[in-house]
Amino acid sequence: MRDNSLKARRNFLGKGFKIGLVTILGGIGLSKIASRLNANSNKSEEYKMDLMTTDGVIIQVNASEVQEIEQPTNPDIKYNVREGIPNRKFVMVIDLAKCKNALNCVESCNKHHFVTGDNAWIKVHKMQDSKDSAPYWMPRTCMHCDKPACVTVCPVDATFKRRDGLVLIDNERCIGCRFCMAACPYSIRVFNWSDPEQGEMSEVMMHAVPEGLHPEYAGMPSIKGTPDKCDFCPHTIRKGELPHCVKACPNGVFYFGDQYEDTVTNGEETLRLGKLLEDKAGYRILEELGTEPRVYYLPPVNRLVDFEDGLENYDKYQSVDKSDIE
Amino acid sequence: MKNHQGLLEDLAPRKFGKRGKIWTGILLIFIAAGIVAYIDQLIKGQVVTNMRDYALWGIYISNFVFFVATSFVGSVTVAVLRLTKNKWRTPLVRIAEIISLASIIMAGITIVLDMARPDRLLNLFLYARLQSPITWDVIIIPTYIALSFLLLYFPLLPDFALLKNYHKGKNSTLSKWYGRLSLKWTGSKAQKALQEKSIRLVAFIIIPVGILLQTIDAWLFSTTYRVGWDSTNMGAYFISGAFVAGLGALITVVCIVRKVRKLESYITEYHFDKLAKFLVLACLTYLYFNVNEYLIPIFTATVEEEIHLNALVFGEYSLLFWFSQIVGLILPIIILIFEAGRRPGPMLVVGFMVVIGSWWKRYIIVTPTLLSPFLPIEGVPESWQSYFPSLHEWIITVATLAMALLIITLLIRYLPAVPIQRTADEKVMYPTEKDLEP
Repeated sequence: MRDNSLKARRNFLGKGFKIGLVTILGGIGLSKIASRLNANSNKSEEYKMDLMTTDGVIIQVNASEVQEIEQPTNPDIKYNVREGIPNRKFVMVIDLAKCKNALNCVESCNKHHFVTGDNAWIKVHKMQDSKDSAPYWMPRTCMHCDKPACVTVCPVDATFKRRDGLVLIDNERCIGCRFCMAACPYSIRVFNWSDPEQGEMSEVMMHAVPEGLHPEYAGMPSIKGTPDKCDFCPHTIRKGELPHCVKACPNGVFYFGDQYEDTVTNGEETLRLGKLLEDKAGYRILEELGTEPRVYYLPPVNRLVDFEDGLENYDKYQSVDKSDIE
Repeated sequence: MKNHQGLLEDLAPRKFGKRGKIWTGILLIFIAAGIVAYIDQLIKGQVVTNMRDYALWGIYISNFVFFVATSFVGSVTVAVLRLTKNKWRTPLVRIAEIISLASIIMAGITIVLDMARPDRLLNLFLYARLQSPITWDVIIIPTYIALSFLLLYFPLLPDFALLKNYHKGKNSTLSKWYGRLSLKWTGSKAQKALQEKSIRLVAFIIIPVGILLQTIDAWLFSTTYRVGWDSTNMGAYFISGAFVAGLGALITVVCIVRKVRKLESYITEYHFDKLAKFLVLACLTYLYFNVNEYLIPIFTATVEEEIHLNALVFGEYSLLFWFSQIVGLILPIIILIFEAGRRPGPMLVVGFMVVIGSWWKRYIIVTPTLLSPFLPIEGVPESWQSYFPSLHEWIITVATLAMALLIITLLIRYLPAVPIQRTADEKVMYPTEKDLEP
């Protein structure tokens, strides 16, 4: 008896559900047909306007559908830190023929980004591609890849790629899983394993960053349990200045610029990017991985410097000099 | 054949003896130490570990992978043996389900221990991005926890009803709890049909979900550009490795529970023989994928891969590498192909060998790869060029293992380790020790 009533109730519920579903679908269908009929009836009497789209195509639009919109008066208000600087595509060229491991780039970067850990954002590697080829110095920044592996694997969109080419980190959102660091084939990311000892930096930052904290000022301040890395210095770019490493290099190794303008400069000379890469056979590190880096290298040919000169600055186990940090 | 009451006396859960209490006490001490170490890690940051910018993952991750692997035992022994109608599984499935549930719960906890910002755990849901393998893990692990729970719970219903009556008058609290958990089980035809259908459904779903879980775990590694991880072999390699680790854990726990609970007449040498052959199958499958992973790449290894392989086979990791290969894989196969090896005594040893080998195998998968990046490790302290877990990492990891063992211990304390009702129903259908004697 109990079984029967249970079965009857199940049947009733099952049928009720099906009927309900049919009713809903039917209702949607009817309203669609009704709206079609309405649209057809007053189609013919509309006044048409000719307009030009932004691609230069002339189109016709019903006048009643055209609306005036308010022009944004201040373009800065619309600035979106995840979109970046409009109509820019930043690019860097590093000329290996000029580098002699002066390390000014590393020092300047460490100082301006308040790097207090043991791993600088810029590294200068002592490289030798094969036993018989000549050694050379290779400065390395974040590659700001167009297909960044770090961004792909981030579970919370804390690290992101901007339209202006920069890959940045939102240290306020990061969960500290370090998957981005595992994914980066260039091993460029550094991690704040403990509270960063950036000292009086908060005061400095109050003057330096009027807008307050956001991802464009990565490393200012660093946050425990999140990664940092080279940020291409959006804080200087927005002021129309070159990144710190470019400005600090005594040998003009770093060129920085805008790919849309096809121009890069190291502060002394300004060159056409396309021609420079063509003339000097520019290449990118680990090109075969398909990460599409935004940093190009010029091979160490016709060198203006002596490799041996850099050896006195070379320290395999240190990239952040902490002797003058109090 | 024993009567029903005798069966109940044998199989009903029992209070801890002296040994049980000491064992639980030791586990609790380890767990307490782990909690203290973890709080210290929360305060000071992960600087208390020996992980650094190159060895950015350590034993928290390899331990997580180990837990995920052992949780696979629920899918293989319970579900696969069920679908292939292997009757010998009956006295083993409950223990397998318990290990599975304990492992997957601990996998979920362990992965949070590795997060440097556990306070932002909620971001995983608020800002979830579907393209990240971590989000896949966030989806699949709770799913597997739920399925493992149901696969343990549904077959327990008749046993709970039996235990309710068994404890009636003797222990009214326990009887009341078993009664609640039995969901008014009467054993009617309709209930049995519904239960049978539910178990079949869960057993059917847990196989693809289990395979997905292992595969996603493998994809955490193979979606990176790292030497040693960036391999198409990874998915199948992890599934077969989980097959081995899970069965190893099952054999170890079965040996111990059988001895402690005196279940010799229910879990017989016949079952050990079957389990042993099943483990050999698992080990051979895993060996095949190991050959694919480590031997065949020698022919086409790039410079980076060659450095990595050399470090594993001859270099600084060779001791652990060969330990996990020989002790965790090859020796078990050799021992178990002899009939003398397929007895409870030797199999306890084999079980431990497989479990310990499997744990270190995960270490060998995670650490060496991280320390062989494409570009040279320069400009960082010398200690960052190598990795061995710190005291904090060991204490916390041991605590997670102790916690898994505690969950298993408590479940075996309160649940019948061998299904009572099923054994009663099937008693005539599989041979006992006597039947096996010539």
